[in-house]
Amino acid sequence: MIRVLLPAHLRTLARLKGELELQVEAPITQRSVLDALEASYPMLRGTIRDQVTQQRRAFVRFFACEQDLSHEPPDAPLPDAVAAGTEPFLIVGAIAGG
Amino acid sequence: MAGVRVLVGTRKGAFILTSDSTRERWDVSGPHFAGWEIYHVKGSPVNPNRLYASQSNGWFGQLIQRSDDGGATWEPVGNGFVYDGIPGTHQWYDGTQHPWEFTRVWHLEPSLTDADTVYAGVEDAALFRSVDGGMTWQELSGLRQHTSGPSWQPGAGGMCLHTIKLDPSNPARIFVAISAAGAFRSDDAGTTWQPINRGLRSEGIPDQDAEVGHCVHSITLHPSRPDVLFMQKHWDVMRSDNAGELWHEVSGNLPSDFGFPIAVHAHEPETIYVVPIKSDSEHFPPDGKLRVYRSRTGGNEWEPLTNGLPQSDCYVNVLRDALAVDELDSCGIYFGTSGGQVYASADSGDSWAPIVRDLPAVMSVEVQTLP
Repeated sequence: MIRVLLPAHLRTLARLKGELELQVEAPITQRSVLDALEASYPMLRGTIRDQVTQQRRAFVRFFACEQDLSHEPPDAPLPDAVAAGTEPFLIVGAIAGG
Repeated sequence: MAGVRVLVGTRKGAFILTSDSTRERWDVSGPHFAGWEIYHVKGSPVNPNRLYASQSNGWFGQLIQRSDDGGATWEPVGNGFVYDGIPGTHQWYDGTQHPWEFTRVWHLEPSLTDADTVYAGVEDAALFRSVDGGMTWQELSGLRQHTSGPSWQPGAGGMCLHTIKLDPSNPARIFVAISAAGAFRSDDAGTTWQPINRGLRSEGIPDQDAEVGHCVHSITLHPSRPDVLFMQKHWDVMRSDNAGELWHEVSGNLPSDFGFPIAVHAHEPETIYVVPIKSDSEHFPPDGKLRVYRSRTGGNEWEPLTNGLPQSDCYVNVLRDALAVDELDSCGIYFGTSGGQVYASADSGDSWAPIVRDLPAVMSVEVQTLP
């Protein structure tokens, strides 16, 4: 299972508390994880990546294993620890005023 | 017992205020969607318990929420606002061309006849319609594809379609307003559009009486006389007696004819309300006095309404969708401020009191009169 941690606003929107777990078919990539996430929680469509271009929204970042993966290609494999479920895939709202 | 429900959108969530028909005591629920910008919340005139809300922020974009129990519970519905075809470009602040980009929904206008049909006015300016309760959205692209589209430019708040008025006597007629393009009318249910800006003059554009390019802030109409339109332009309060074919100024004795909202009394089609603001660079009331101005003559002759409103050191703003009326007798008038107050009058504006204060900055106020 893939562990995913959403930012607070999106946890509220998806009516989740804490981490969620997803069954994701290999290969484990940003795209496959986000596809599975949006399939399970359709209300998240458009909040993390654009619905048409599939580009990450500008103020959303992807972290895992103490690395910023935001600029990795969407089809690049995620770290083994994420694929193994020992580390979560973190979806983070950029720190900014508001 | 009849009552009133006031739907308040703020910078950090939505609030719902309810009262019985005396309008003396108010219950406040919220914040709904805490932390999100709520540009607009509006109920269906067909089914008052069907509400639509526009929820957005800079991180996670646009959501549309729907309630079927008057705002007690909400469900996110569709947020796919995709321009029809290749969107092209419009004029940017510096005069260059800029791609059309969806940013947010400014205004939701439920159909007068079908609770599942709702219109959305968006930034960058376009009109969308849903016929399935907000699950899916289709652009009425004849508006954006009007030949003048590439010349439209954003106002200070963005290039937004912020006003949608449906003609209760003619289902094919729709009025919209865009900052800063102007007002437009469709007579075929949104397929084709014509600018309706003749008579407007705006100093901030090269051709002051151009067909498009005017920063219209809001338009309104009374349902019994939908050919009579009232407009608060950037500067100037305007009136048209022929569905926008020609406008004339009715600013009269207002202390400032700059402002954002305009509303018409529920039972008196010639009684209208504005909230004068000092200027486009000083978004607060003249002289620090918060005054609603009422004209009982359809414009030109205005009286200040001050009883219960702060008359010193008041420097709030009132945005274009933040003034609304109920349908009780006497008509109730409501407005929200950038300081977080919602003021109400249960006597057509003669006296006022805050029905809630210290909310986040108010962006919109809508009122439902409940059976």
